Amino acid sequence: MRNIFLFIRRYFNFLLFIFLQILCVYFIVSYSKFHEAAFGKTANQITGKINKRYSNIQYYFNLRKTNDSLVKANERLYNQLRLDKSLDDTLHMAQMDSLFTDSLVHASSFVFRGARVVSNSVSTPNNFIVLEGGSANGFHKGMGVISAEGGVVGIITETSADFSVVMSLLHKDSRISGKIFKTGETGTVTWDGEQPNVLYMNGIAKSVKVAKGDSIITSGFSTTFPKGLLIGRVEGAYAVPNTNFIKIKITTHTNFYNIQHAYTIENKNATAVNELLKQVQKQLQ
Amino acid sequence: MPPLFKHTFRFILLILFQVFVLDNIRLHQLATPYLYFLFILWLPFNINRTVLLLTAFVLGFTLDSFRHHPGFHAAACVMIAYVRPFLINFLIPQEGAETNYEEPSIQSMGGLLPYMIYAGILVFIHNAWLFLLEAWQFENAWYFFSKTFLTTAVCLVLILITEWIFPRKQKFRTNTI
Repeated sequence: MRNIFLFIRRYFNFLLFIFLQILCVYFIVSYSKFHEAAFGKTANQITGKINKRYSNIQYYFNLRKTNDSLVKANERLYNQLRLDKSLDDTLHMAQMDSLFTDSLVHASSFVFRGARVVSNSVSTPNNFIVLEGGSANGFHKGMGVISAEGGVVGIITETSADFSVVMSLLHKDSRISGKIFKTGETGTVTWDGEQPNVLYMNGIAKSVKVAKGDSIITSGFSTTFPKGLLIGRVEGAYAVPNTNFIKIKITTHTNFYNIQHAYTIENKNATAVNELLKQVQKQLQ
Repeated sequence: MPPLFKHTFRFILLILFQVFVLDNIRLHQLATPYLYFLFILWLPFNINRTVLLLTAFVLGFTLDSFRHHPGFHAAACVMIAYVRPFLINFLIPQEGAETNYEEPSIQSMGGLLPYMIYAGILVFIHNAWLFLLEAWQFENAWYFFSKTFLTTAVCLVLILITEWIFPRKQKFRTNTI
């Protein structure tokens, strides 16, 4: 017994060093669990407040850029408004009639809410974006986030009362279901940790023909993003050795360097769909 | 200035500078500017090793809180805090220099070269361990090495500039004998 105490005393610093390293690796590996349990809410709230102070100052310097991007977003929306179009009304109505929509219920199941970006990073292998607005504003975990230009930005991973943390597409764990607009093939979009405007899409068969400049959009298979949001454009395609798949290099539509405003997407059907999925899983078990 | 106050001030200033200035500078994805570990490099010679390890952990953890993924910088900081005493013993020019001066600087290490070796080795270990932990998921050795070397070079330039802008005059303490 005495020897054990002597040993601990003799090598106390080394043991402390090993203990701290193991603790750090534990934090890294079990990131999500740990965040939910203890760390997330308070640290998020504190760093969020400090970040907000800084962002308030920085905000003024980017007003011109912010204005430009908002004008562009408005332009896009005006073009989409049906008031602008004169000839497609009848066709459109005919189409609507064939669908059995209940006029008492809102047709759109997606709600968009604007939020200011408080902090953002692109230089690390795990990038996060902080939005001003948290559970008090109706943001919650799992909601999708898009930029003012309409490109996919990421998914909310945690919220405190006034801030929410978004896992950017530029994160090693980010997996988003994408679709080639022209051919309709779906695959998984990931980031390799190197360039902040280049993503890769995996799981596409060799037989599919893609050309440079083709759009990659969200597939709408998950409840996070509606179908048809632009992720990016094809830069090139490479054969993966020894497999029957190609890897598509994508330039992101969102400019991750200067995001000032973002929109969160709430899917009103999300809970219903997820509950159904849970029930099915239970039945299978 | 009392030492505890001085070090707390340095801690806050370096973290804020790292988060709000250096993290916003995007040189290249291979070269990320880091300076916050200067706090560990500048801690006094006679600091208790246990305190040194714990302080380094707190420093890394604070930076990690701003990056929203705890563990990476804390691990790298604890690593250099553990290596630091051995390195100082190895590099200090003559017996007793660490008791004559308060903290590592160009003056107390006996010239620019030993100080830059001291800083260089610690910064290299910090970056290598940090990128190794991050690279577990990426498996690209060439990328890892070029990133480590380039980032270390950028950090050393930053340290030189800091030493130049904020020269720390240190008193030679004669009451050690």
